This record gives sequence, C-alpha cells and structure tokens, in this order.
Amino acid sequence: MKSVRIGAGLGFYGDSWLPIRATLERGDVQYIASDHLSELTLAILRKDMVKDPSAGYTRDLVPMLTALWPLAAARGVRFVLNAGGLNPRGAAAALIAALRAKGMRAKIAVVTGDDVLDRIDVLRTAGDALRHMDTGAGIDTVRDQLVFANAYLGAQPIARALAAGADIVLTGRVADAALSLGPIVHELGWTFEARSQPEWDRLALGLTVGHLLECSGQGSGGNFGSAEAWSTIPDLGHIGYPIAEVREDGVAIVTKAPQTGGRVSFDTVRQQLLYEVQDPHAYFSPDVVLDMGTLRLTDLGSDRVDVRGATGIPRPPQLKIVAGYEDGWMGHAVIGFCWPDAWRKAQATVALVEQALREQKQPIEEIRVEYLGLDTFLGPHADLAAREQMNEIWLRMAVRTRDRRVAEAFPRQFPWLALSGPPYMGGFHGIAPASQLLGVWPTLAARAHIESGVNVHIEEVA
Amino acid sequence: MKIRLARIAHARSGDKGDRADIGLFAYDAPTYAVLKRAVTVERVAAHFAWLGTTSVDRYPLDNLLALKFVLNGALSGGAARSLRSDNLGKTVGAALLRMEIDIDETDAAALPRLAGEAHDG
Repeated sequence: MKSVRIGAGLGFYGDSWLPIRATLERGDVQYIASDHLSELTLAILRKDMVKDPSAGYTRDLVPMLTALWPLAAARGVRFVLNAGGLNPRGAAAALIAALRAKGMRAKIAVVTGDDVLDRIDVLRTAGDALRHMDTGAGIDTVRDQLVFANAYLGAQPIARALAAGADIVLTGRVADAALSLGPIVHELGWTFEARSQPEWDRLALGLTVGHLLECSGQGSGGNFGSAEAWSTIPDLGHIGYPIAEVREDGVAIVTKAPQTGGRVSFDTVRQQLLYEVQDPHAYFSPDVVLDMGTLRLTDLGSDRVDVRGATGIPRPPQLKIVAGYEDGWMGHAVIGFCWPDAWRKAQATVALVEQALREQKQPIEEIRVEYLGLDTFLGPHADLAAREQMNEIWLRMAVRTRDRRVAEAFPRQFPWLALSGPPYMGGFHGIAPASQLLGVWPTLAARAHIESGVNVHIEEVA
Repeated sequence: MKIRLARIAHARSGDKGDRADIGLFAYDAPTYAVLKRAVTVERVAAHFAWLGTTSVDRYPLDNLLALKFVLNGALSGGAARSLRSDNLGKTVGAALLRMEIDIDETDAAALPRLAGEAHDG
C-alpha cells in the first residue's frame, strides 16, 4: 500500500528550524511542510516591502534552506513552504541566488495569485461584496486603510507544482494545512475532484494531518497547556517536530524522529487537533471541510498515535480572504516598583499619568493598565490576597490613539516620576517605539474569481 | 466539594480574529462526563465576561473527551489591534483551568485523578 511521510517545518515566522535537522536525518520523511505565516504576518511583510520592493517574504527562508537543503537534497526530501509571503517571486529569486552561491541545485516552484489587494475593486465589480464575515460591514469603510488582502489558496497548485517535478514549492498565503495536503494528494494519487464519500473522507484525513503538523512543536508536546503535566514532557530543548505517515486508504500515524524530545500521545495530539478551530464539525479549508466528530485517535505508545475516521464534506463555493487595515497606534511603557507598598505605588502612578493625559488633552481613545505579576492574565480569577505585601510589581500602561505622534510621546509621561513620583521605582528601560495597530477583515469571494489568477511557475537552479 | 479544573483537565487556547478559542480536555472518560455536565456555556460566559466576551459557543466532542469553547468578541477586536500583553489569547486556557466546579462525593470517587488526594477542595 502506498504511503507518504511528511515532517513539520516551522510553525510561525521566527520559529526554530534546528529540530528539522533531526527529522531529515532520522525521521525518514519525503517532505517538510513549513508554515511561516500567522494571520497577521503579512502586515509585517508589507512594512518590509514598503521599504524595499524586493522584500516581502519571510527572511528566515534563505538561512533555513541554506542550512537544510544539502541534508534534504541528499535524501530526496522536498520542501513546501509559504515563506513567499507577499512576494513569492522575490523569495524565489533570493533563494536561487543563495543556492547558486553555494553550488547547490534545485527545481523551485512559485505559487502566486493569492494576493488580491490590487484586485479588490475588480472583485467587488464582479459581485463579491467583500462584507466582513462577522459584522456584515462593507469593505468601503476600510478601503483606504488596507495594507494587505490575501485569499487562502488550497493544496491544488502545490500538488501541480510537485507533479511538475519541483523540489521546493514556495507559496504566499495558502491554508496552513494545504502545505501537507498538497504532497499527500500528489504522492497517494488521490483526487481533489472527489465524487464519493470515501474520497471526501480521505481528503479530510489529509486536512487533519496538515492541521496537526502546521504548528511545529505544538503537535509533539510543546506548549502543552496543563498544570504540572507539562513538566513530564521530556527534553523540550531537543524537541522533535511531529511527523505524519499517511496511507493511501486514509489512515495516518503521527510520530516524531527517534532520539528527540517532546511527546506524541493522545493528549498532545488532541490538544493540537482542536487548536484555533471554531466549529469542529465544520473545519473549513479550500479543498474539503472536515468534521472532527468522527475522528478516532489511538495512542499506540512509543510516541505514535493512529489517526483515522475523518469525515469529509464537499468544499465551499467561496474562498476566504483575510485583509488587514491600519487602525490607529499604540504607545506603551513598563516600569517597576519595589516593596514597600509596591501595588499601591503602581496604582498611584496610574492616577498621576491619567491626570497628566487629561490635563494635556491628549486625544486618547483607550487606556490599558496591567499590573504585571499580579493579574494581567487571570483578571478577576487571580489570587489577590498577597497584593498588599508584594516584593515588587511591574506596571504596564498602553494607550490607543489615532495619532502616531501621541503614541510616540506617551512613554515620556514616565521619566519625571523617577525624581518626583512615588519612591523605589526602577527598571524603566527607555522610550518604547509606538506600534501600529491593525484590524483584520475576514471576508469571502467566489472561488472562480480567485482561482483564475493562480499561477505555478518553475525555475531551475542547475 | 469544589474542585479546580486544573486538577482534572488540560487546555490550550488560541485566537482567530476577535475570537479566543479553548480546547478543554478531560484526562479520562469519567472526568469528561463531569466536565460535560458542569462546564456549561453560561458558566464559561460568566467566567470570561471580563474580557468583553459577547457570546460563547460550546462543542462537546465525545470522541476526544473534549469540550471546545469559542469566546466571541473576547480579543479587543483582534490580536493586532489589542492593547493587551496577551493579545493572542494564549493564556485564556489557563484562566479556564482556574474555574471551580461543584461535584458530589459520588462523582469525586469516580474521578481517577482525585483518587488518593485529600478532599481539600
């Protein structure tokens, strides 16, 4: 029976690629599926691209593949990565230059067509209102503030690129799980044009596998949300990212490379399975909709979990677009107070700063106050019994404003307190730069309007 | 007796737009039955009202011994426009594990992870 083994690459822009080395050396995989784009990474990449039009892809791509490609190429392992970000062609150009300089060979495919920012008005004319999925508002309300707008493409162009012989497939925005589903469908001879329930079910199993691999170490015992149990996960310093072996009959085993840390078990796999899922009975992707309610996870021991029983529902007629728009600025500052009266002094400081903002008539829409170390994360569920006797406390204040200069000036409300405010203040680490705030605009558009613009282009480094 | 969810369950949370979502997992089947009964939409909505949660969706998954919760409107409009330190809702799962539920002696005796522990609440 045919099968394919896929290893998880990164889980976000900035993640570590060191664990992929163990997967390549000891994991017996044919593919690495690497997810570099969280929902808002494209906003960061847009800022890069404004400064330098050749940028706009995740800059970890070149060092990561320069380090890993020799290991992969020697074993015939292929990479699928969404590191192209807003500029997959630019990413390919940079990668090709780097591989050439090292004398390495590769066949690189570039998938484009997800970026619809310059087609927003065309899509609207074609009948897609691009209403906000939650609020129903029209996109006109943020049209002039848009910084990116990308459709989530599916696995089909990735499978096409692999069929054309690509060793490295670079995409922009695709559904995270498509990075695995593409190789699965390509290797196992499945079809995206499913006609029967079993064909939809096996696509849904492929989607399940892709979802389990898309967050790197979170699928193998990292960030195991628990009291105490997290401390029993071995050797996180050498965590093995998850690996899935998928059989053509629609059964998968999730595991990791031998002699690595972390854990693949019923507990760690099901935590990842439900991660960032809304309705588990309708987990949408561009290729198939998954009902998780029929999945069966069986812990086989020795870091192996059998996954089967996915139910597939035909894919939707529309594709999801996520756009980001500029939505004001945040200014913020952090300072520390030592015992005695640490918490009361932090509160007194909040009152002083709020008073100054009022007297200066600063145009501020919202003030956020956090007592770091006390109740930032737990809010009213924090244990506040010890707050009068705390050894130290850190005050963080953040403000929301439409005016960048107001945000930039906000931290300057604090230095004078060192000599003229409550005593024993320390740890002011300078004037933090203002951060641009971004709103997210999720919307839907007709599949045909997007897919007609999708292109797979292949370049060879010989 | 009152017990804190952290003693009998594990949880992971994340974000999507203005929603925080939490997977709450029982370590074993008897505990799942208790969670399914006690950790209701109403209780979770009240527990997270302080985040500005507008509504809560709950999905029981018997096959995974898990309850999935979606907290609508809980992330100040979304991670990139939030002023919070935890703009991504990563710690919301921990906050759910702070919840206390009431169980009777029969339930307590049936929960493997409470066996051998003192009934100290």
